[in-house]
Amino acid sequence: MEAALSSLRLRVLKGFLFVLCLGACRTQAALAAGSLLHQQAPEIVRLDLNHKKLDLNSYRGKLVLLNFWATWCAPCQLEMPHFVAWQSRYSPRGLQVIGISMDDDPALVRELCGKLRVNYPVAMGDETIGEAYGGILGLPVTYLIDANGEIRAEYRGEKDLNTIERRMKMLLPRR
Amino acid sequence: MAVLAMLFLVHPRIPAQFSGSPAPPESAFSIPKANLLQPDELNRLLQAGSGDKPLVLQVGSHVLFAESHIQGSEYAGAGSQPAGLDQLQQRVASLSRKTFIVLYCGCCPWNRCPNIGPAFRRLEDLGFTHVKVLYIADNFGADWVSKGFPVERGR
Repeated sequence: MEAALSSLRLRVLKGFLFVLCLGACRTQAALAAGSLLHQQAPEIVRLDLNHKKLDLNSYRGKLVLLNFWATWCAPCQLEMPHFVAWQSRYSPRGLQVIGISMDDDPALVRELCGKLRVNYPVAMGDETIGEAYGGILGLPVTYLIDANGEIRAEYRGEKDLNTIERRMKMLLPRR
Repeated sequence: MAVLAMLFLVHPRIPAQFSGSPAPPESAFSIPKANLLQPDELNRLLQAGSGDKPLVLQVGSHVLFAESHIQGSEYAGAGSQPAGLDQLQQRVASLSRKTFIVLYCGCCPWNRCPNIGPAFRRLEDLGFTHVKVLYIADNFGADWVSKGFPVERGR
């Protein structure tokens, strides 16, 4: 009886450890894998740098280029002037660029956005948004979100801008 | 996993250093090769039951740190900003100059990281003699998290 109880206790303990381990692995896997391709874009509702409400869902019907960036990220700063130009050129065809800064200090973000003449809404991000988007653990990260809110392309790290632009043009809601 | 670890050991990814003129002090390339630590090496050190355990300090983005960081590591300020370097200096002020310290960032690819070079230089200027820098080729997600090394979240 004593031996059976002891064996049961051991099995319960093993099961508990297994579940604990599985949970930890899942968290890590979610952060590591992180791809949200062909899934609905996680909700983002924030105030932008101009204190206006930025609600990702309100851009349904448009193609959203969602860019995670930071002022200390050199590749991000190479991309941003292109995003500014694309916002001007392709907005009549249904493009909306949105920036999410992963900086700590909004003052630095405002300063750089002014310098780069950023013409699209930018909001401050945090770990909650980062985790929702599968782990923003290196920058830049850019998503193309179609008119129905589905993530159609994901670019992690410094990527060829011509490739992004070609894909973006294919997904624009108005030709 | 073991096979991947073996491959990593056989082909360690050591960055190509600039040849000719020395790299500017703010560049990650200015850090001597002897001071670099590969992710699997650091993981082994941290997992080892005994031995000299380093103080691991993240010197990049606080937001990225809050999302995920090396288990047991501390945030010590962004090395690219004067306020960040001051925070790092304050953190190590009371430590022996022989303390084993590992710095890491992982915000961007190694050749683009603005934080790690200045942070390393600051500790060197303060007289620390046992400082290693975690070599992160692409970013923290790709080079640490996705390899399954232990992480935790929070500020």
